[in-house]
Amino acid sequence: MQQWHFHPVVRLLAQRIGLGLLTLWVISLLIFVGIQLLPGDLADAVLGQSATPETVAAFRHELKLDLPPHIRYLHWLSGAVEGDFGRSLANQRPVAELIGWRFGNSLFLAGVTALIAVPLAVVLGLMAALYRNTLFDKLISTSTLSVISFPEFFVAYILIALFSVQLPFFPSIASITPDMGLGQKLYAVFLPCLTLALVVTAHMMRQTRAAIINILASAYIEMANLKGLKRMRIVVLHAFPNALSPVINVIALNLAYLVVGVVIVEVVFVYPGLGQLLVDSVAKRDIPVVQASGLIFATTYVLLNLLADILSILCNPRLRSPR
Amino acid sequence: MKRLQHLLKEGKMDRRQLLQAAAALGITASLDTTWLSGIARAGEAPKRGGRLRIGISGGSTTDALDPANTTDMMMQVFIYGALGNNLVEIDATGKPVPELAESWESSPDAKTWTFTLKKGVEFHNGKTMDSDDVIYSINHHRGANSKSGAKTIVKAITDIKKDGKNKVIFELENGNADLPFIMTDYHLVIGPKDVDFNTGIFTGGYKVENFEPGVRAYARRHPNYFKSDRAWFDEIELLGISDVNARTNALKTGQIDVMNRCELKAVHLLKRSKGLQVMQQNGYKHFTFAMRCDTAPFGNNDVRLALKYAIDREQMVKTILRGYGVVGNDHPIAPSNRYFASELPQRTYDPDKAKFHLKKAGMANSATFTLHTAEAAFVGAVDAGVLYREQAAKAGITIDVSREPNDGYWNNVWMKKPWCAVFWAGRPTEDLMFSTAYAKGGAWNDTFWDNARFNELLVQARSELDETKRRSMYVEMQRLVHDDGGAVVPMFSSDLSAASEKVGHGDLAVNAELDGFKAPERWWFKG
Repeated sequence: MQQWHFHPVVRLLAQRIGLGLLTLWVISLLIFVGIQLLPGDLADAVLGQSATPETVAAFRHELKLDLPPHIRYLHWLSGAVEGDFGRSLANQRPVAELIGWRFGNSLFLAGVTALIAVPLAVVLGLMAALYRNTLFDKLISTSTLSVISFPEFFVAYILIALFSVQLPFFPSIASITPDMGLGQKLYAVFLPCLTLALVVTAHMMRQTRAAIINILASAYIEMANLKGLKRMRIVVLHAFPNALSPVINVIALNLAYLVVGVVIVEVVFVYPGLGQLLVDSVAKRDIPVVQASGLIFATTYVLLNLLADILSILCNPRLRSPR
Repeated sequence: MKRLQHLLKEGKMDRRQLLQAAAALGITASLDTTWLSGIARAGEAPKRGGRLRIGISGGSTTDALDPANTTDMMMQVFIYGALGNNLVEIDATGKPVPELAESWESSPDAKTWTFTLKKGVEFHNGKTMDSDDVIYSINHHRGANSKSGAKTIVKAITDIKKDGKNKVIFELENGNADLPFIMTDYHLVIGPKDVDFNTGIFTGGYKVENFEPGVRAYARRHPNYFKSDRAWFDEIELLGISDVNARTNALKTGQIDVMNRCELKAVHLLKRSKGLQVMQQNGYKHFTFAMRCDTAPFGNNDVRLALKYAIDREQMVKTILRGYGVVGNDHPIAPSNRYFASELPQRTYDPDKAKFHLKKAGMANSATFTLHTAEAAFVGAVDAGVLYREQAAKAGITIDVSREPNDGYWNNVWMKKPWCAVFWAGRPTEDLMFSTAYAKGGAWNDTFWDNARFNELLVQARSELDETKRRSMYVEMQRLVHDDGGAVVPMFSSDLSAASEKVGHGDLAVNAELDGFKAPERWWFKG
């Protein structure tokens, strides 16, 4: 009976967090098994063409790759829970140190992009719903949809060709170093941010538009219409709050994508994010780094979804105080 | 001779090629050397200062500062070309010249080598280099627990002793006249005794300031560098840029000063761009189609010869390399190697001869061979396979091109399948090249070739100190590989890099890309 004392939102929250942790544990298992299935190991990959049986054997022994898998898994998991991801097999640097800086960079890129893209998408979506089926609506829909249907690297190269080669406004490579100021960093990441913003805006904008239009068909909106309220007021104050829930979910998905799925943009702009590290580490079979990055990606997804859930609950009075 | 001078002026020939051609004509004596140096070194005197930014491919997040782990370009240029020095270096003409060693001499059997070290060379941590540091650094690669990429090449060293502070004596298992060359290997960089190599402390012209694996490597000039006429820049910055388009854009927009590995398709565009220079090095890099001589049907030399005659090398160079390379002659020794056999006739495309040898092997009408290839083998390897198939078809030979996955190509295809495409960076010495890839029992003898005369010559030539005798042995060995070996060697590929016109340099060394990896040490900004 104790649980009745908790606020229902708190209970819901605890439930979600518990489920999230369970999901993470399952993912940790999947990551580990997946890596075991890759052919070859670090010793082969790092030494490449210069691998002879004796160097490979010496390498494996030193890296403890000759221990059975379940022991390595338990070892890794217990370390990860305590926040110790071990050391990179390839260069002996602590994984946390390798990943920390890059993860920060990924978050920075995603954050700046989100600051541009989310308000833009929501406002455009509102406008499109407001002026549904007008030339304006069609123009926004077509342009955003065309941008989303190009591959990211294509958009990136077009932007480089325009704003870096033809008109030398922005740098074509976004190389940032820890000692750069915020202004310099913003300048350096302008083109990759623009690329990503163009790619993610369409999705969010379409979702906002669809959700609002959906709500505009309900009876209470008709009531508002009949009361003679202005269309702008209806859309912004009456329809939008009720459309928030699906919009928030789409935004969360896109934010997660911005953090974990932008490898191609990172390569084109030579941006030192987490994606490139993961790709390199998989190619070299640097297992601790792959596992840690995989886990961080998974945590990002779980956290953002959790946040989306909580926000939708908070903005929905029916979910906020269920009877 | 007039024609040669003309070619040189037009830039179609470099000084080395001119000298070789002149030597072939027997007219070296008539060359006016002052005229020669006047043209070849028209550049002004080097100038100090500036930050050289190199956009480089071949960097990885798994890189480390320990030279034992070096496998690719970014670390080769950073450790070997900027931070450190070896006992010996290779100069622009391909000869071993003193670096940390002042001089060296060997016993008549080439088994015992004494290196005398330069005095007063200072490490980045202030320590003065002596024989203990050299022994420590070479031993780093030796021994049962070594996981160094240089483990096999230092295996022949049985003992290293010091003779005072400035002399180191190497004892070898068998005589080796090329030990000075071996000491130029990019793994064998000298660091201070009992200091972890991952600290990046060496003797070179630049001191590591910041290193983010695969992303950025940054170093400042070491004020007490022992070479006064090298390391002209104040700062060196290497940016790992794996995408060739990103490198090209960065160079065009002035974000970097130098890029390596230009895209063949775009070189003519770069050449036309204002303010850029394209640098071509004809080095040792070559591509092969390796046939396993221990596996049917490649055990029969007539089959091997048929396939060697069925490839049009000129067309391969023209199509696959877009002209940036030279034809191979079915042996791995490049025209820029010391003992290249220029007297060996060039094998040409000859469908009739291919048919003849195939008939002799008794496979006239039903000959199908599977060639395993992947882009991982070398850039354009799949296209090269398809082109080869078309060329061989004219000789009635059917080649079945089998495309393999890139991931794991070197583990699962190379040295496993009977016939596959292979990349070779090449080696600065004939002995290293042959011992690695053509000798019986060689670690990467990917043709599984076993020729008694060749193996015997290889051992003899290794310890032969007489240049003329040595040359004739290597020429015979090239002939043996050419006539009997298991590798079709269609082409040697040039190294192409590009730089801003502000970057100055002397004659480029061809032993490795970017002036033998030494661009940070050897280049400068023009005034």
